[in-house]
Amino acid sequence: MKLEKISKQISKWFDGRGPHSEIVISSRIRLARNIAGYEFLPRLKPERQAEILEKLKSAILSVNVGEEVFFIDVAASSELEQDLMVERHLISHRHARGKGPRGAVIAGTEAFTAMINEEDHLRLQVFKNGLQLTECLAEINKIDDEIEKQVEYAFSPKYGYFTACPTNLGTGIRVSVMLHLPALKMTGQIEKFFNATSDTDLAVRGLFGEGTEAIGDFFQLSNQITLGVSETEIVEEFTNDIVPRIIDYETLAREELLSSQKAVLDDKIQRAMGLLKSARLISSQEALFLLSNVRLGVNLGRIKDIDISTVNELFMLTQPAHLQINNNKILDSEQRDIVRAEIIRKRLSQK
Amino acid sequence: MQCQRCKDQTATIHLTEINNGQRQETHLCEMCAEHEGLAIKSQIPLNELLSTLLASQSSPKEQPVAEVAAEDEKSCSSCGMTMREFQKGRLLGCANDYEELADSLEPIIEKNQGGNTTHKGKVPANAPEDSKKQIKILNLRRELEDAVENEDYENAAQIRDRIEHLQ
Repeated sequence: MKLEKISKQISKWFDGRGPHSEIVISSRIRLARNIAGYEFLPRLKPERQAEILEKLKSAILSVNVGEEVFFIDVAASSELEQDLMVERHLISHRHARGKGPRGAVIAGTEAFTAMINEEDHLRLQVFKNGLQLTECLAEINKIDDEIEKQVEYAFSPKYGYFTACPTNLGTGIRVSVMLHLPALKMTGQIEKFFNATSDTDLAVRGLFGEGTEAIGDFFQLSNQITLGVSETEIVEEFTNDIVPRIIDYETLAREELLSSQKAVLDDKIQRAMGLLKSARLISSQEALFLLSNVRLGVNLGRIKDIDISTVNELFMLTQPAHLQINNNKILDSEQRDIVRAEIIRKRLSQK
Repeated sequence: MQCQRCKDQTATIHLTEINNGQRQETHLCEMCAEHEGLAIKSQIPLNELLSTLLASQSSPKEQPVAEVAAEDEKSCSSCGMTMREFQKGRLLGCANDYEELADSLEPIIEKNQGGNTTHKGKVPANAPEDSKKQIKILNLRRELEDAVENEDYENAAQIRDRIEHLQ
C-alpha cells in the first residue's frame, strides 16, 4: 500500500523551495478532459463508468511521466485513506466521496496526479514548488498529448474540450498559485486583495482547511475563464503580471512591518513559537494559524534555527487523517489535539 | 466594521496594541489611519493594480437569462438533459447538450466566460483536419475583428485573404 509510504513524506511541491518560494508556495495546473462518445458523469451508467476507469487507467499508466506512478482505487479506499489524499491535494473532496467506479493515478513524488471519474472523466494535475507555472504547463501538455494518442477526447472547434460544467469549457485549464500573504493580512490590506479579485476573473480561496475559508494566511489564486483565452496566455498573465505584482506588494508590506513595527512582528512570531513549543493540546486551526506566523518569522530571518521545510512538514503531518494513518489508529478530536501538540513540540525542539 | 475615527467609512486597518499588558484594538479606515500616521502607505494600490491588469480581459456582457419555461423543458435527444435539471445540478449530461440546448446555454457560457463564446488554444493532435481548419478560421476571424477595431486595415485585408484562402 503506497499511501502509507507517502503519508510520512513531504510532497515535492511543498518542500519550501523553488522560485519566489518565500511567498509563492506552489504552482498547480489542472486540465479537464472527457472521452468522446460517453455521457458525462451525471448521466453515465455504472458499467460505462467502469469502462472509462479501465480505459483511462491503462492509458495513463502507460505514459512515461519521468517517475514511478501507482493507481489507487478511490471507491474501494477507506474514508481515512480518502481523506489523506484530500489533505495532500492529490484528489478533491468531491472525488473522495463520489459515486461509482473511480480512481487516481499518483506519481511517487506527488508532482503529478490524475483523477478518473471526478466531475469530468479525467482531471490531470501537475504540481511544482514556487512559481513554476510555465514548467507545469509544459509537463502537463506532454502527458495530455500521450494520453490523447490512446483515447479520443470530446472536442469541438467552436467549444474546445467539452466539460461537464460550462465554467471549464474550452481549454479545461485551471491555473493556480498558492500564496502565503501574512504581511498583507497583518497590515489589513488583504481585504482589498479580496475585493479586487471578487469583481474580476480570478478566484481566491484557502489552501488548507474546509471549504473556502482561508486559514493561516494561505490563499489560492486561480483563473476563472477557460474559453476564448489560450493556455499560454493565461499562464503568461499569471507569471508575468499578476503574481509578480502580488509578490512585490507582500514584500513591501513585510519590509514596512520590519522597519516600523518590528516589536509587534517579533512578538507575534515569538509568541507563536512559544505556544507551539509548549502547548499540550492544539486544534488544527490553531496550529495552522501559529505555524503561519512561524513561517513568516523564518522567511524574514527572525527565526534562524528552523527551516521552511520543517514548518511545511508540520502543516501537512498535523492534519487529521495524517495523524490517524501515521499512528495506525482512529483518534477522536481531543486525542488528535494531543498527538498534534506532541509532534509539533518534538519537531520544533529538535536542533 | 465602521471606522472608529470618522464613523463613516469601513475600517480596513486593524491595529492591536499591547501597552503594559493592556490590549487595545483600533479599527480605522485607510484615510483616518493615514491621518493618525498608522497606515503603511501603499505604493501600489492592489485593487487598482488588479483591476487594471484584468481590464485587459473583456468583462462579461450583461445578458438577459433566457428563462422561458418552454426552453427549460427542452431535452437533449442523446441524454435527456433539460435546462431545468442543469440549473439544479450545474452539470451537463453529455457533449451533445452544448449543441442541442445551445439557445439556453450560450448566454450562460458567455456570462461565465467573460463574454467569450469560442475556443482558443490547444487542439488535439488527432482532431480531424476539418476541425483544425475550422479553428484556424475562427482564430483568424478574431484577429480580423481586432485589426478592424485597431483600424489596422492593411493587416485586416491580409487576414481576410487568408480566411478566404482557407475556405
